[in-house]
Amino acid sequence: MATAPAATNHVAMSDLKGKVDPDWCPGCGDFGVLAAVQKALVELQIPNHNVVTISGIGCSSNFPGFINTYGMHTLHGRALAVATGVKLANHELTVLVTGGDGDGFGIGGNHFVHGMRRNVDLLYIVMDNQIYGLTTGQTSPTSRLGMKTKSMPFGSVEAPVNPISLALAAGATFVARGFSAEQKHLTELIKQGIQHKGFSFLDVFSPCVTYNHDNTYQWFRPRVKKLEDETGYRPSDWMAAMEKSLLWGEEIPIGKFFERTDVPPLHGAEPVLDDGPLVHAGIRIPEDVTRAFVEELM
Amino acid sequence: MRKTFAIGIGGAAGQGVATPGDIFAKIFSRRGLHLNAYNAYQSIIRGGHTFLTIRTGPEKVTNMGDRLDLLIPLNQDAMDRHLGLLTDGAACLYNSDTIRPGMGAPGVQLCPLPVSNLADVTRNKVAQNTLAVGAGLSMTGIGFQALEQVLAEQFKKKGEAVVSENIGIARAGYDFATANFKPFGWPLPMTGNRYAVMSGNIAMAMGGAAAGVKFYCAYPMSPSTGVLHWMASHARKAGIMVRQVEDEIGVVNMAIGAAHAGVRSMCATSGGGFALMSEGLGLSAMMETPVVVIDCQRAGPSTGVPTKTEQGDLWQMLGAGFGDYPRAIAAPLDIGDCFKIIPEIFNIADRFQSPGIVLCDLLLSEGRLSVDPKDLDFGPRIDRGELITEASLASGVNGDGAYKRYKITESGISPRAIPGVPGHTHTAASDEHDEDGVLISDEFTNPTKRRAMMEKRMRKVGGIEAVVPPPVLWGPRDADVTLIGWGSTKGVIEEACEILTEQGISANQLQIRWLVPLHGDAILDILRHTRHTIIVENNYSGQFARYLRSETSFVPDGHIRKYDGEPFMPHHIVEAVKEQLGGKSKLSVPAHEILV
Repeated sequence: MATAPAATNHVAMSDLKGKVDPDWCPGCGDFGVLAAVQKALVELQIPNHNVVTISGIGCSSNFPGFINTYGMHTLHGRALAVATGVKLANHELTVLVTGGDGDGFGIGGNHFVHGMRRNVDLLYIVMDNQIYGLTTGQTSPTSRLGMKTKSMPFGSVEAPVNPISLALAAGATFVARGFSAEQKHLTELIKQGIQHKGFSFLDVFSPCVTYNHDNTYQWFRPRVKKLEDETGYRPSDWMAAMEKSLLWGEEIPIGKFFERTDVPPLHGAEPVLDDGPLVHAGIRIPEDVTRAFVEELM
Repeated sequence: MRKTFAIGIGGAAGQGVATPGDIFAKIFSRRGLHLNAYNAYQSIIRGGHTFLTIRTGPEKVTNMGDRLDLLIPLNQDAMDRHLGLLTDGAACLYNSDTIRPGMGAPGVQLCPLPVSNLADVTRNKVAQNTLAVGAGLSMTGIGFQALEQVLAEQFKKKGEAVVSENIGIARAGYDFATANFKPFGWPLPMTGNRYAVMSGNIAMAMGGAAAGVKFYCAYPMSPSTGVLHWMASHARKAGIMVRQVEDEIGVVNMAIGAAHAGVRSMCATSGGGFALMSEGLGLSAMMETPVVVIDCQRAGPSTGVPTKTEQGDLWQMLGAGFGDYPRAIAAPLDIGDCFKIIPEIFNIADRFQSPGIVLCDLLLSEGRLSVDPKDLDFGPRIDRGELITEASLASGVNGDGAYKRYKITESGISPRAIPGVPGHTHTAASDEHDEDGVLISDEFTNPTKRRAMMEKRMRKVGGIEAVVPPPVLWGPRDADVTLIGWGSTKGVIEEACEILTEQGISANQLQIRWLVPLHGDAILDILRHTRHTIIVENNYSGQFARYLRSETSFVPDGHIRKYDGEPFMPHHIVEAVKEQLGGKSKLSVPAHEILV
């Protein structure tokens, strides 16, 4: 626990260590995401009291408890709605939203789409393991067609959602994919996502070593290919990003698919925030204004 | 008995029922008269039948009353439905070109307006409405000048030509009535007062502004949408962030997010939307982040009758969310109270870091009432509770040692640090947690800690009870009958008591404003000394009666219930009381005579 103001201090990894150690299974991909987020915050030197980490429910949603920032561990699927409220009430805060594929694309699907079209300024990291882990192994919205789980023992007959294509279609202004085993690459994407002014969506392959025996580290390693290594790929080209998002199988792109910087974030589009964050505004409305409110009704 | 005058205007949606209603309301309130307006309508944009009742008088008017003095049917349907309601001394103004009058009761004056002779109906489609307003004013003894001024304001945006055309039409109606119709026996008086005319929705929105709400969000749902509309149109002047959200689940969670970051945050919905919010209410209580949710009840279940009133959501509010948690539930008593109750419940929500629910209904939300501007206090007492901000930290408050967000205290209240404050990082969780916010739900569940945290939160229930005053009995102590109601029925029960007293049956009233905390002991103390108790409520099953019984074991002598979508009228209650005192029944369900 931080007991002294860190505002003027150097931000170190030790400042970001949570009160308890993660309770994820040994080998879980989420460890890599936690480490990358902590590294990114250190590299960007953002004091922990100015960061709010917000999650829903699920294995990966235990994340806020394992990092020392302000945290909110909310309801299943609702993290983005809560985060939107936090950011609009105090847009000086850095807002990180963390969770899983079931939380974000299943029960929280509605808020996912609308958060992106609103261009709320936050980084949304989905630890995508293509399975429900905390409920002990059921099909998730990103489970592949034919995958056998406890809830679909004869194999899924429902096509999975493509988070990258969906994010592009919904208007996310920063869309990327990482792999939890690619630490340096992932840390870089997190830094870029935090710095991007708008909705940054980062889908991270974060293998579940207990319940998903299809999409393992061994399965991903030979397949992932960094977009940054591809000559001529321009993340400003939405059509190219959409085309890349459809690749799956022997070659799966990771990296920054898309970014545009010409759309103001939601808090920047509202004149009500011109004078600064709401949380610092005075509680009373000037008397001449309230008098006019009543006059309208007379 | 209070002297009042009531106008009913009926027609199809889209025929312009609202405009003459607004004009009358403005003229009456500027004359220093009180008024109450209620619009019975359906979920249709064009067509159907809407019926607006405006009742006015020099004393407070608290409900639509029993009697219509002037009927203005804008089509044949409205004439056919309502002429039969008129009694001796009333009048009906109608367009004799298009509407055939029916048979009025003895003493009812039928007033045909030859609309095409008086105005160019090819140019002005709503000429009959304007003529009727002019004629009606003449018959109530109000000078034309008042109407001229309101019309000038009403049509100002459309230009001088439109203003003078409408004034001309109104004048023609006014003069025609002066020459041809008998004026009402009671010319409407004038007082030195001036009132604001507002709906409960506007009152709650303005109450939010007065309470210092900085974040408001909603999903459109009748009859709560008026709160969103006022908030949205006044947001920039009032410095309030207003968002329309994708669904009510998003609404309550977004509101909680804003509240968690440190601002006062509010949202409104109706029963269906509230059902989606109930998990969020529990989140607010568990994270101890205060939020205020308004529920404007409409007739349920399910989509129900979206444009009709009911008090059918009480048990939903009492049971919203799973598990036990502290909450406050308040039901405003009238439209003025809709304003006042918001700052009050915010102080409780903030101080006890728990959700506050305002249980309103369509009758208040969409009804309109004259309110004295002096009663709209934009500088109410504000209690944000034990909040740790950068400012409070700078002044040395709460700056000591290791911070425990959910510190176990005698009051159950733990100082709340908002994000951004150095040295106070913590996680607020929907999972059960320890004093320092660390989860005790997954890896290390601990019955001792769980019990301590549960008891910490629930200790706030006693604290809330201590700051909310118990209800009081209105009227003589030893009355023949005690009428018990809650929320919006205050005005109509009050008037029923007055009528009963005039008829020789003394009556008093116990009106409940705070449903949680209920103050069961205080209620029992009051009811112990009563002779005959009747609970009056706008629902089928007697939701309040069942609640009162569950909290106090009290069983009343009788019930008066209404669940047809329309509000009580005073005579519904008066007649039912007499029926029950005569021993004929213990449950009365009055029939609504106005067919809308």
